[in-house]
Amino acid sequence: MTAPSPRPALLERARRVADGPARAHAATVDRDARFPAETVEALKRERLLGVAVPSALGGEDATLEELSAICQILGEACASSAMVYAMHQIQLLCLVRHGAAGAHTDGYFARTLRACSERQLLIASATSEVGVGGDTRSSRCALEADDKSFRLHKEASVVSYGQHCDAILVTARRSPDAVASDQSIALVERGQYALEQMGGWDTLGMRGTESCGFRLSARAPLEQVLPEPFERVSADTMHPVSHVLWAHVWLGIASASVATARKFVRAEARKKPGVTPPSALRAAELVSQLHVLRGSVRDAMLAYEARKDDPDALSAMSFQIRMNDLKIATAEQVVPIVLAAMALCGIAAYRNDSDYSLGRHLRDALGAGVMIGNDRLYATNAMLLLVSKDL
Amino acid sequence: MTDEIRDILRSHANLPTDVGALPDDADLYAAGLTSHGTVSLMVALEEHFGVEFPERMLRRRSFESIASIRAAVSELTAS
Repeated sequence: MTAPSPRPALLERARRVADGPARAHAATVDRDARFPAETVEALKRERLLGVAVPSALGGEDATLEELSAICQILGEACASSAMVYAMHQIQLLCLVRHGAAGAHTDGYFARTLRACSERQLLIASATSEVGVGGDTRSSRCALEADDKSFRLHKEASVVSYGQHCDAILVTARRSPDAVASDQSIALVERGQYALEQMGGWDTLGMRGTESCGFRLSARAPLEQVLPEPFERVSADTMHPVSHVLWAHVWLGIASASVATARKFVRAEARKKPGVTPPSALRAAELVSQLHVLRGSVRDAMLAYEARKDDPDALSAMSFQIRMNDLKIATAEQVVPIVLAAMALCGIAAYRNDSDYSLGRHLRDALGAGVMIGNDRLYATNAMLLLVSKDL
Repeated sequence: MTDEIRDILRSHANLPTDVGALPDDADLYAAGLTSHGTVSLMVALEEHFGVEFPERMLRRRSFESIASIRAAVSELTAS
């Protein structure tokens, strides 16, 4: 008999973090726009940061389905915490799938993944750069290699939780004479890099991710460059996994908002037993919308799982369109769900000091449409659909 | 056919490198072919050769080199 997926014990650990420190500190993380340190400490205590590391390297072989479920559970309590967790797992899966697979099981990345599990290291990323118009598949900076090491200077427009991580996965042109799209991706560890912050992070929502810009200067051994070009790492792992895990964070926000609306309706019903309150109809509508969203997000996650070990299938244009649509559709559906939940609860949800408050969820949900702008993805899909025929 | 493919690459793929200097088996993605460039290239190839690439060919490896593009177009024009 195969073990159930997702493994209940794993999700129980995530619920302890969500129902404990994540929920307890969500309001101050949001108010002060600060890193959710208590949640990340709890994630380390529950050993959830390294779950995706292969068991041969000390991890728990967590599947994308399990990571997705954890992101959703955390997202129900504190979307900033959930997004930090999601971003860390995206980075980790890039290392697992492209650094320590096949022939590379005893090299630098295998050792690093073992350390990720043993010491519960937190990994950030620096894939965006000033001056490339938000296109992560294009770099200005380059790896400057000598015999055994490389140097790198990057004006990274965003390094989320850059001040709180143990290592950063950073993209750059493969060499000083490579074209902009010919990129490598390397891991640099704390002690190998210096960060100089550029600007702050004072946003409407997702305030705890501390997604500030940094000037990053690094020097590290050449073995810390992933063996495959970033183009493959991006297409096979970073791009699809990002959209799947982000979507589950947003699904968590939607789920929590609908749960709040239902709690409100139940409280109304108890005031007049035997009478179904008018708001119950709106709650039923919300539950229906949530089911549609949950179904589409899960469908996309399973589409990735089904082809995750087939790079040819992952490179299919129809699959790229599907993943872009996952991001667009989830971002567009989560906000109306939170708004409808707010309308149902009325002033109780509008208030910041009530048990039914939905302000933070609404502000966090609005980030979904601008975190990689939906119009950018629509433009990409519009172009791909000029040649794609089936979907 | 290879010369025609090279001409289309030169005028539609927006490569930052010299197409004439690329061997038939050179990795076009390493030479700077972007997803936008790939689509322009596909549309131009479809128009020039009077073919439509089926979905199964809309993958990275079909367009990764001049040789692979030639193989894909040859398959379609032969049928």
